[in-house]
Amino acid sequence: MSGATLERGMNAFREQMNAPIASFFSSCVNCGMCAEACLFYTETDDPKYTPINKLEPFRRVWEQEYTIWGKVKSMLGLTKPVTDELLAEWEELIYDGCTLCGRCSMVCPVGNDISYMIRRAREGFVAAGYAPEGIKGASRRAITIGSPMGVKYPALAAQIKHVEADTGLTIPVDVEGADYMALLSSMEIMNFPEYLEALARIFKQAGVSWTISSKAFEATNSGIQIGSSDIARELVSRVVSEAEKLKVKYVISPECGHAYTAIRWEGPNLIGRPYNFKVVHILELLDELRATGRIKTEGTEDDRLTFHDPCQIVRKGGVLEQPRNLLEMVTSDYVDMTDSREMNWCCGGGGGVSANERAEELRIKVFKRKKSQLDELNVDTLVTACANCRLIIEEGLEEYRMEMPVVGLTEMIAEHLVEDKE
Amino acid sequence: MSTPTDFLLWVRGPGFDIALVIFIIGVIIRLLEVLVLGRKPDQAEPRGGELGPGLRTVVTRTLPETGSFKRAPFTVIGGYIWHIGFFISLFLFVPHIELINATLGLIWPGIPSNLVDAVAAVTIVTLIAMLFSRLSHPVKRYLSGPEDYLTWLVTFLPMLTGYLAYHRMIDPYPLVLGLHILSVELLMVVFPFTKLMHAFTFIIARWYNGAMAGRRGVQS
Ligand code: SF4
Ligand code: SF4
Repeated sequence: MSGATLERGMNAFREQMNAPIASFFSSCVNCGMCAEACLFYTETDDPKYTPINKLEPFRRVWEQEYTIWGKVKSMLGLTKPVTDELLAEWEELIYDGCTLCGRCSMVCPVGNDISYMIRRAREGFVAAGYAPEGIKGASRRAITIGSPMGVKYPALAAQIKHVEADTGLTIPVDVEGADYMALLSSMEIMNFPEYLEALARIFKQAGVSWTISSKAFEATNSGIQIGSSDIARELVSRVVSEAEKLKVKYVISPECGHAYTAIRWEGPNLIGRPYNFKVVHILELLDELRATGRIKTEGTEDDRLTFHDPCQIVRKGGVLEQPRNLLEMVTSDYVDMTDSREMNWCCGGGGGVSANERAEELRIKVFKRKKSQLDELNVDTLVTACANCRLIIEEGLEEYRMEMPVVGLTEMIAEHLVEDKE
Repeated sequence: MSTPTDFLLWVRGPGFDIALVIFIIGVIIRLLEVLVLGRKPDQAEPRGGELGPGLRTVVTRTLPETGSFKRAPFTVIGGYIWHIGFFISLFLFVPHIELINATLGLIWPGIPSNLVDAVAAVTIVTLIAMLFSRLSHPVKRYLSGPEDYLTWLVTFLPMLTGYLAYHRMIDPYPLVLGLHILSVELLMVVFPFTKLMHAFTFIIARWYNGAMAGRRGVQS
């Protein structure tokens, strides 16, 4: 991020231009429908948060450099150039005001995948030096320390010890030839160690051969959030080379939404080749273990509960029914939210927003969307499958004085495991 | 071009040819501009196909998503009415069909003129209402620039002049018919240089949207 200049930003915008983006810009009729799908507009009523408006700088690059008519117009001085001032003004919209949740992309009548465009436009912003300090810091820590929250292996080792002491199980570390290599997010290591414990217990029962790498355990990828392919590539490469070194067949993406997007969908494109292993989300794996009868549970939760679909896992990840199958196994009073699955509303903290302290006030404001979804249902407990969503929702509930436990799905499954009698 | 008849002859002859050439070449250039950019092959292992979901989205995006429809019913319903009304007026009015038959040799049945007349009236009223909505709705007003109003105008004029011509509300008839044809030519000339292009590119946009989501196992 040093040496960021407008020129570099413009080059990054140009690198991101492709046929989908050009078709999207060509098609937009300014109907405003995308605003109605975006929580940043619905909860603020401020039209500047209209999804397509967040792309104005990128749109100018497209018009002025990728259409003949736009070139003519700029020669005649009829277009407005992309300037530092413009990028500075739009930085807030494209980072603080967008979680890359992808909901707008589901409603645009001409079919624009707006969140895809925003993800790519961020490349230009960061290259030009316009990205929030919070996410810049997280990316810096991810590169130098290995985790956006500054979590180093000793911290994980300490958690592993705890879990081993509590459960009497061994957590395999750096085991070559294991079938699965599990990744974690810093947030799970620091805030939700229950996740690690749940993995250990479930895998024990199912007889899954697995390992954690002491060198590449971090699943999150700040490079994706800030929009820097260089950083993202470096972070993905660490996981890929460890996984290939340990010769695992699968890498397990944890209960963290954007980690899944990073390692599952963006990773191979960042390193420019397919992996020698497969990536599965933990919920996909659990559902497979369920379907093949390798995990057995007993009892059900009697609370009325619902599931918050993490955007990156569900709408943008395609893991739609697995969480429901798993919930069905351990709950008796489950209800879906009105807008669920691929139309669910974001918690407000994705896409780097949670790492961006400056955005906090806005984030709390847009949480009202989740709040009203929950108010409608009258549920006791909220289940989700993303450590980031979970933290954001907990904060939001606290802010709006709503008492409701937020539980990770993997843990919930682990709690209902039939205990081995040995 | 001293008399209305001369004017009509010009817009029907050379005027129309010029507009048609600009329209066709312009549209081809604009489509090529998009398509030549291409996209890099996706290296991530797909969960689903691209072609099927892409084509499905091309079709299904025609219907609104329930929640946003409830939030903006006017935009959706108004949009349907005037798009459909415009196409009925353009393609099902018998004199238009005869014209197309004379130039392209294609023919299909039309509908009674008084029906087209009613549809046209509804379309005109809806277009005016859409303009008011664009000027008053906070989001639409915020997003709109000169191009949005220009494209509205060049869409509206053929409807208005067509209506005036059909009812012979301007004398002499060759003048109003000439104005109608001229307004269509204006639409054709403006088309490739503006967002009117969405009439073609929406197919590409929806396809990419559906295909990229389809790869991930989601129907968008
Ligand atoms: S919904 Fe689509 S066409 Fe309408 S303003 Fe948004 S991006 Fe443009
Ligand atoms: S991706 Fe989500 S947050 Fe971003 S503009 Fe679209 S709807 Fe809004």
